[in-house]
Amino acid sequence: MARYLILIYGDEKQWDAMTPDEWERHGAAHGAFVAAAGPANLGGAQLQPASTATSLRAGDGGPVPTDGPFVETKEVLGGYYLIEAPDLDAAIALASRLPEVAASHSGVEIRPIVERN
Amino acid sequence: MLAATVRVTRDLDLAEECAQDAYARALQAWERDGVPDRPGAWLTTVARNRALDLLRRETVLRRTLPQLVTEEAVTAGADEERPAVDDDRLRLIFTCCHPALARDAQVALTLRLLCGLSTAEVARAFLVREATMAARITRAKKKIAAARIPYRVPSAEDLPVRVGAVLDVVHLVFTTGHTAPVGERLVRRDLTDGALRLARMLHRLLPGNGDVAGLLALLLLTDARRDTRAAPDGRLVLLADQDRGRWDTGRIAEGTALLTEALSGRPPTRYAVQAAIAAVHAEARTWADTDWVEICGLYDVLRTLWPNPVVDLNRAAAIGMRDGPAAGLAALEPLRDEPALATYGYLSAARADFLRRLGRWDEAESAYEEALALSGNDAERAFLAGRLTEVRANRR
Repeated sequence: MARYLILIYGDEKQWDAMTPDEWERHGAAHGAFVAAAGPANLGGAQLQPASTATSLRAGDGGPVPTDGPFVETKEVLGGYYLIEAPDLDAAIALASRLPEVAASHSGVEIRPIVERN
Repeated sequence: MLAATVRVTRDLDLAEECAQDAYARALQAWERDGVPDRPGAWLTTVARNRALDLLRRETVLRRTLPQLVTEEAVTAGADEERPAVDDDRLRLIFTCCHPALARDAQVALTLRLLCGLSTAEVARAFLVREATMAARITRAKKKIAAARIPYRVPSAEDLPVRVGAVLDVVHLVFTTGHTAPVGERLVRRDLTDGALRLARMLHRLLPGNGDVAGLLALLLLTDARRDTRAAPDGRLVLLADQDRGRWDTGRIAEGTALLTEALSGRPPTRYAVQAAIAAVHAEARTWADTDWVEICGLYDVLRTLWPNPVVDLNRAAAIGMRDGPAAGLAALEPLRDEPALATYGYLSAARADFLRRLGRWDEAESAYEEALALSGNDAERAFLAGRLTEVRANRR
């Protein structure tokens, strides 16, 4: 088995524009994903908006915090899941169930975790 | 053999190493004892045993059970008679053409691991430096290992999507060999033969798939003309001037039968329509007999299935054949603004031909010059240079 981080990216403006009904359906789809994943889902969370992010970089006198995400892009990181799967095909099959994959302004990135024995 | 070894190692690099090792041993053993009855099986067995040996040794070294070695792999190694080589090759091609790999990596891996080309040859076929190609192949192999791209034929529900990528890669390998982008020779048979072998294998293993039948039909019908596309001195011979008596009738018959199969009871696919166009050419006894109305109709269908500026270019050329050079030139005109065709020499070559036939010598001259500047194949360049001389002589 291998572990993969599923990073959920999307356009925040589009997420903000969703109606309560749409959010409810969206939430239900995530519930279905979690149910389908079962024990393969090792954890996950939705993130607060990118405007709430704080970045740290090296400065002269030590780490300097700045306002905003690490990289400024239109599509921001909105949440993640850590999953376990036998191979990439299984990870793709699971991640394909996420509602963000069905919307045109968002998508997911699947990154294998470096396993150290 | 490589494919069968990968099943044991689950590691492309290690499998390649073991395959090399088996060849080296064969050189010694066969010289001493003669070539065995089934040399392929001999090599596969030696390579697999070597792989198992290395993996066991590695196991001891690491003092951990390597997850790479599965029950299936160990049994396969013990059962030397198991002939599942074609299945292994099918698994390997689906691994090389996994959609999680970039298209250039898919093509490079297929050429390297399934067609047996060296990294230098793959680099030459795709006009990149050897170091660039080596890095690309290494990166792809690393991704296969790190992301655990599985070594398997996709499930029935994923197959339609996955087989599409495989067919595109096989087609690309074939077209690259059919008119080599660089070099002295027009055709690189190592590439066309490799693509044909892969297409035959896919058809044998996925017999009900109309897309696969369509691609194999297309390759056979195109390859049937191979020997007549260049004169003995290497000079390019246009379809119009080819000796149709020397076209491979066996391949044409096989391709036509497959085309019927590909079209029976289902909507046409892109490759089937391309094969149908090749079949119309194959059926015409002379260039003058070519059914251009039929070909233009097929290009209209192809355009809806596979919208693409190169298809538009071919369609415009066919219109020129059906309705005359002025109509062809008019159909080509809008494509001159197409950025994807800006460096595509065939657009200039097609314009040059229509301009020449219209006697518009000045414009024909600059179009031939443009086409010449964009071609890297010596046979093509010689042909274009010949036409350019002819046009210049007329101008004066």
